[in-house]
Amino acid sequence: MKHLDEYRDAGRARALAAEIARVMTRPWRIMEICGGQTHAILRFGIDQLLPPELELVHGPGCPVCVTPLELIDRAIALARMPGVLLASFGDMLRVPGSGTDLLAARARGAQVAVVYSPLDAARLAEQKQDRQIVFFAVGFETTVPGVALAVREARRLGLKNFSILSAHVLVPPALRAILGSPQSRIQGVLAAGHVCTVEGFEDYEPIARDYGVPVVVTGFEPVDLLQGILLCVRQLEAGRAVVENQYARAVRREGNREARALVRAMFEPVDRKWRGIGVIPLSGLALRPEWREFDAEQRFSLSTGEVQESPECIGGLVLQGAKKPLECPAFGEHCTPERPLGAPMVSSEGACAAYYRYGRTHV
Amino acid sequence: MSDFALFCPAPLGERERVLMAHGGGGRLMRELIEGLFAARLKPQHETDAATLAAGGARLAFTTDSFVVRPIFFPGGDIGSLAVHGTVNDLAMAGAEPVALSAAFILEEGLEMETLRRVVDSMAQAAQRAGVRIVTGDTKVVERGHADQIYITTTGIGVLAHDGELAPGRAAPGDEVVLSGDIGRHGMAVMSAREGLTFESEIVSDSAPVHREALGLLENGVRVHCMRDLTRGGLASAVIEIARAAGVRVELDEARIPVREDVRAACELLGFDPLYVANEGRFVAFVAAGEGERAAALLPGGAVIGKVLETGAGAVTLRSLIGAARVLDLLSGEQLPRIC
Repeated sequence: MKHLDEYRDAGRARALAAEIARVMTRPWRIMEICGGQTHAILRFGIDQLLPPELELVHGPGCPVCVTPLELIDRAIALARMPGVLLASFGDMLRVPGSGTDLLAARARGAQVAVVYSPLDAARLAEQKQDRQIVFFAVGFETTVPGVALAVREARRLGLKNFSILSAHVLVPPALRAILGSPQSRIQGVLAAGHVCTVEGFEDYEPIARDYGVPVVVTGFEPVDLLQGILLCVRQLEAGRAVVENQYARAVRREGNREARALVRAMFEPVDRKWRGIGVIPLSGLALRPEWREFDAEQRFSLSTGEVQESPECIGGLVLQGAKKPLECPAFGEHCTPERPLGAPMVSSEGACAAYYRYGRTHV
Repeated sequence: MSDFALFCPAPLGERERVLMAHGGGGRLMRELIEGLFAARLKPQHETDAATLAAGGARLAFTTDSFVVRPIFFPGGDIGSLAVHGTVNDLAMAGAEPVALSAAFILEEGLEMETLRRVVDSMAQAAQRAGVRIVTGDTKVVERGHADQIYITTTGIGVLAHDGELAPGRAAPGDEVVLSGDIGRHGMAVMSAREGLTFESEIVSDSAPVHREALGLLENGVRVHCMRDLTRGGLASAVIEIARAAGVRVELDEARIPVREDVRAACELLGFDPLYVANEGRFVAFVAAGEGERAAALLPGGAVIGKVLETGAGAVTLRSLIGAARVLDLLSGEQLPRIC
């Protein structure tokens, strides 16, 4: 981890910010897709170094934020079933469903465990043979290979008490939906480095071409983000729209072939509803038929009823980069991390949480 | 996608139960203490240790419970932690620890050998800290009704100074001194609990700090207040002091020591070292011009910030790349059952 220091160097960061200001001849608006990048921007104050004519808007790259209410409600219903233990990443547990969240459900007796890896959930299933372990599988392309490994391991071990509730989502279809929307104001895109580590960036090449926006695959440290922004601004100033790779130390064009092959062998694209956005065709992943015995939605009978959300939160607009968290009248008033109206306020990748935690620069 | 449906969920209805975050050292815990405990029990003090006058002596009095999981972790165990935690609360009031009590809640089925190891560790920790464990209590509950062992220690100490150490005394010009690198205890327990291994094992900083803290007073450093950095970490401790005093504090991230392995573990698990628990570190707010001298008296000591002005009680952080932001109390639980 020592290498991190060079990507957090104040001198390099300031030099890059000055270069961005120097090459800009007019205002530009760039979206960083990933919530991890949003948090880094606010945590390090990168936006404070940039010229005011450069606007950063925040994208949909917060997997727990876009997980639809219905799926969270189904997860809570599973956790309340006798003999079932629901395992997920800690970030998912505080996100409100239509009535409650998983942590509050746990305080009322539901069985919920935090794990750091899908393989830990498979291990739980091995240890607790008298219980059904359901892993609430949340995440973009980055986390799917780990889930695939866990399911494969469960089959190898002959585990009959392990299944997944898949909420996996894919970036490129969502990016197309956002850029293709008539309300889109996005002129350039920073693609999420971690996602591209797995999937590569071939899929972004037609997107850059079709929508005429530069796409720069970008890392997560201050110097990474500023380099990504500089590459994007240079393209915008030159009238170009291609895919560039700032994060070459981790990302290759073809991604991680082995991981991609594993995911394709076990999962297939399906239509998925994104919370606050709506159904995006072929934007989710579900287990293929030959692996469906590990699909919790097949194993348990779960209600699929639609639930209504209240209109006070503008999470949907925030996730599309159409509004910023501070434009929400509820922000910090009716909506706080303790009493959230929407998921972006509680997730560690949520834009509203980033503004709440890091966004105040003056007392 | 022009027909985006824009919606979000209704507010939560299930807040009337205790959540893990109520013990997390963040905002919900503050609400619980202020809104429920303090409102009904009306304690005189807001600090971790109360100061009392009795029979001509000026005493400090404190209590703390320990529920850490796992009970043995690199650099310590629940027994030594229970001694250090209470000794350190006394030290932060500027008191020389005199005596502790220890109360045990044991789960039926706990191995006697485990209990022996914990109690031996307590005895050693008490001896090293120069404090006696003079009384105690034991309760056993049915298997499954507690997790192995919980310990409560209560401590009494004699104040080693004539003045008053209190968060409200932090004043403009004060310098903020940190006693050493941060984040070790939280990440050591976390690594042990989750079976995470890094290049080197992260060892807890669990230790008594009373000699260091009282050393500042003995050497004539004008200390206005001290706070040990337990749950909620450095950020929460400094925020609470800033609020109590109604002052703005500025911290410089580049001056806050974090070991490389701790930083790596935090990055990996998504924690901010500023909020990770410590069990052998404290901050001292000292009078203007005394920061460097105080830091030199502490092994690993560093001046990490200063009190700027009175007004809104708040803390700003100058980030590694030089930008500024306001630090806030943590929401939710970062690491449950860390102490």
